[in-house]
Amino acid sequence: MSADRRPLSPHLQIYKPQLTSVLSISHRITGIALAVGTLLLTWWLLAAAAGPDAFAAVQGFLGSWLGYLILFGFSYALMYHLCAGIRHLFWDAGYGFELETVYKSGWATVIASAVLTVIAWAIAIASA
Amino acid sequence: MAEFTLPANSKVKIGDTYKAPEGAKRVKKFKIYRWDPEKGGNPRLDTYEIDLDDCAPMVLDALIKIKNEVDTTLTFRRSCREGICGSCAMNIDGTNTLACLKPIEEVEGDVAIYPLPHMPVIKDLVPDLTVPYTQLASVQPWLQADTPPSPTEERRQSPEERAKLDGLWECVLCFCCQTSCPSYWWNGDRYLGPAVLLQAYRWIADSRDEYTGERLDALEDPFRLYRCHTIMNCTKTCPKGLNPAKAIAEIKKLMVARQ
Repeated sequence: MSADRRPLSPHLQIYKPQLTSVLSISHRITGIALAVGTLLLTWWLLAAAAGPDAFAAVQGFLGSWLGYLILFGFSYALMYHLCAGIRHLFWDAGYGFELETVYKSGWATVIASAVLTVIAWAIAIASA
Repeated sequence: MAEFTLPANSKVKIGDTYKAPEGAKRVKKFKIYRWDPEKGGNPRLDTYEIDLDDCAPMVLDALIKIKNEVDTTLTFRRSCREGICGSCAMNIDGTNTLACLKPIEEVEGDVAIYPLPHMPVIKDLVPDLTVPYTQLASVQPWLQADTPPSPTEERRQSPEERAKLDGLWECVLCFCCQTSCPSYWWNGDRYLGPAVLLQAYRWIADSRDEYTGERLDALEDPFRLYRCHTIMNCTKTCPKGLNPAKAIAEIKKLMVARQ
């Protein structure tokens, strides 16, 4: 049988998700989420410039439960991307490649991003 | 480009089941990827029930037992059975490793065995490694120096210079890391991959080699080197405990340092 009829062996379908790959793809997904979130921010600023009625409409949407959910996701994406980005800076400088360190910094990224998000919302709610 | 699903001819179907012999007490199921080029069609997943009381401890032992006693058509590469030759690299229980170094006991539940991921399959667990071998040849993995060697002694290294090669020379080219890398899955035609880049660094780091500049020139490319996004699957999966990701990072550092 000719070589081009050979099947491709399974990859994503069978490879076990693990901290290394899951955090890597999360970094990319949160990066995309941040781009979308920036559009949201732009919409809010444009509405503020357009006048009180437009601004009230956007505020109404962002103040709804769906708006809060999106803002919470946006803020978590920001914190995660920030922490994972710092982890990448250490790697780019040549540090933290031992497997044990990779796992420690990985869990630190997960925990720190969650804590930072909670702190940001606590400050936002307390000062509202 | 990233393609997240398998082509139609590569989707895995459910295959046959080979029952354990009567009276077997400690039965473990081995679910093994099968594809026969002479029959064609889609790959399938055959189930072999093995009595662990009558089987040596490693996954390779079970494969050899199946081939000897249950189904002689099962095809896989193996040679040294002690982690030196790198032949029996395959995907076991969701990660790439050498079957000879993987204890069956380490796998909870059924033992799923596939060929190295995202490779053309020649037969069963035997992937076509032509592309990674060609990529390896492209980094010219041999000592290059214009200074002729002394006729009376070898090219000398200090213990410190020699120590830089530790963690690099031990690679057995099993390509477990290469085929664990999602970036290599999506860009394997142009990205050299962790195993080949570790080999490239093995010669870049060698104090006796005089072609460091040319070697770095050859890697200065958006795809060959820089498709590495530090995912770290390579280091996680290496059955020899090496660190391809660190070797790649050292190459990237040298690229910046020489600017």
